[in-house]
Amino acid sequence: MSAPPRVLPCGDAAISVDFGNVIDLAVNGRVMALDRALAADPVPGVVETVPTYRALMILFDPLATDVEALCAHVLDLATHDAAEPAAPRRWRVPVAYGGAQGEDLDDIAAFAGLTPPAFVEAHAAPVYTVMMIGFMPGFSYLGGLDPRLARPRRDTPRARVPASSVSIGGAQTAIGSVAGPSGWHLIGRTPALPFVLHRDPVFLFGAGDEIVFAPISDAEWRSLSSAAADGAQVAERIA
Amino acid sequence: MSALVVDRCAPGASVQDGGRVGWRRYGIATAGAMDRLALAVANALVGNPADAAAVELTLAGARFRVVGGPVLVAASGPGVVLTVDGRTLAPGVSARAEDGDLLELSAMRGGVYGYLAVAGGVDLRPEMGSRAFHLRSGIGGAMLTPGMRLPVAGGALAPLALDRVPDHATGPIRFMPGPQDDWFSPESLELLAGADWQVDARSDRMGRFLAGPRLIPRAGSMVSDGVLPGSIQVPPDGQPIVLMRDCQTTGGYPKLATVISADLDRLAQLPAGARFRLAPVDRAGAVSAAQRLAQTIAALNPRPAGAIDTVRLLSANLIDGVVDARGDLDQA
Repeated sequence: MSAPPRVLPCGDAAISVDFGNVIDLAVNGRVMALDRALAADPVPGVVETVPTYRALMILFDPLATDVEALCAHVLDLATHDAAEPAAPRRWRVPVAYGGAQGEDLDDIAAFAGLTPPAFVEAHAAPVYTVMMIGFMPGFSYLGGLDPRLARPRRDTPRARVPASSVSIGGAQTAIGSVAGPSGWHLIGRTPALPFVLHRDPVFLFGAGDEIVFAPISDAEWRSLSSAAADGAQVAERIA
Repeated sequence: MSALVVDRCAPGASVQDGGRVGWRRYGIATAGAMDRLALAVANALVGNPADAAAVELTLAGARFRVVGGPVLVAASGPGVVLTVDGRTLAPGVSARAEDGDLLELSAMRGGVYGYLAVAGGVDLRPEMGSRAFHLRSGIGGAMLTPGMRLPVAGGALAPLALDRVPDHATGPIRFMPGPQDDWFSPESLELLAGADWQVDARSDRMGRFLAGPRLIPRAGSMVSDGVLPGSIQVPPDGQPIVLMRDCQTTGGYPKLATVISADLDRLAQLPAGARFRLAPVDRAGAVSAAQRLAQTIAALNPRPAGAIDTVRLLSANLIDGVVDARGDLDQA
């Protein structure tokens, strides 16, 4: 048994099952476990779910859902932890750090008091968890950053950063998917394409997946990028 | 295959349908028509399902040329007047447009979003199950530009008419408290319900910015969670933003309350500067409002248009059918 989450109303068409106002891998793990449990034991009327750092949003058709039964069901699922948590998918994601692909690397390494190679080594060391996807299509917020590498966001956001950027904002690191505005520090770029319309799957990474980064050279980035543009899978599923 | 070629349009004209469902977990907005009832009306008049893809206009009118063959067309929305090859249609009627005809849609009057539906729907390739265009990501449908060609799936060509074009509900825009009402002082919900609100000019398909009293959330940092159309989020400046169809999927501002699903259409139609009230409702009230809206859409059952419909007085267009929440403000 675990402490029950709070079930919060989000209008007539959604509820939020809230596990606490923290960024914490154990809390996020409970969100993911509830998401899987509900998918395995669905409630009629539920349309889609959105797992985030600390809560599971459940969107439903208000005319086809017994909301009281849904709330009771998710509380039951959330307080009776699954005996065997499902093994997450794990991806090895190549990243070219610094230079043209990560123009803030030298600056953020200096901020951390590390040489750029030491900073890259520390960034590529952990097994990260996709704690949430949001902000932009496929933008994956990763948990597990070495706290020494944290840095508050830039004072002035950039209007446009390239697709597939790897960046740091505060205590978070992330893999972007499409080009867009960002106030985060750009440290590298993967040749992988996390989001491609009309590809199956459309998105490579899902919330709850694990990510390890493999540093590559700029030359490797260029050759893998053109391979990815031709449809090759350059992020490797390793578990 | 017939098509519409955009001859003239203004920013904010796009292809929309019932929205993109099932992808919010990947950061994909639902998008879709800002006024689902108005979309359903235009679609019903050309024999389409309620959520078929149509052209959505924002404030300004537009002009199209029909190419490749005849097509059945209809318009809806606040004060929108459709002219087909110089013939002005009464509201609630569709018309057969011939190859080469010009379709002229007037600007909105007393509202924001209008629709042009074509029999069979706008036949762009769906992206993730929907033709709805999402501006911020560029996914789906299309943002209209002059010269663009919109393929028409095609269907029946016999004009249809509705005896009555349904209006939106009237009265205050209704909300349910939560999810983060505990981030605000107990008076905040009373203030939300008691104040006069005004739609700020920054409003767009992502959000309705409200000008009025400040609702200050308590200090501290909130970890992001899910948001949806209707979420009333309050940034540190205390001015609430009601998230709309194009809104992001997650957010880190506390959300004092949520506008109920049935009232999103009419909130979308309140133009910049409009004054309105908000009022709390319980779940049962919200669900019956959703039921009434669903029944209104299900009851759209146009009959074949007769000669009388084509000569209906243009003055019918001068009756303002848009929700006027100010009426209730005056009574309050």
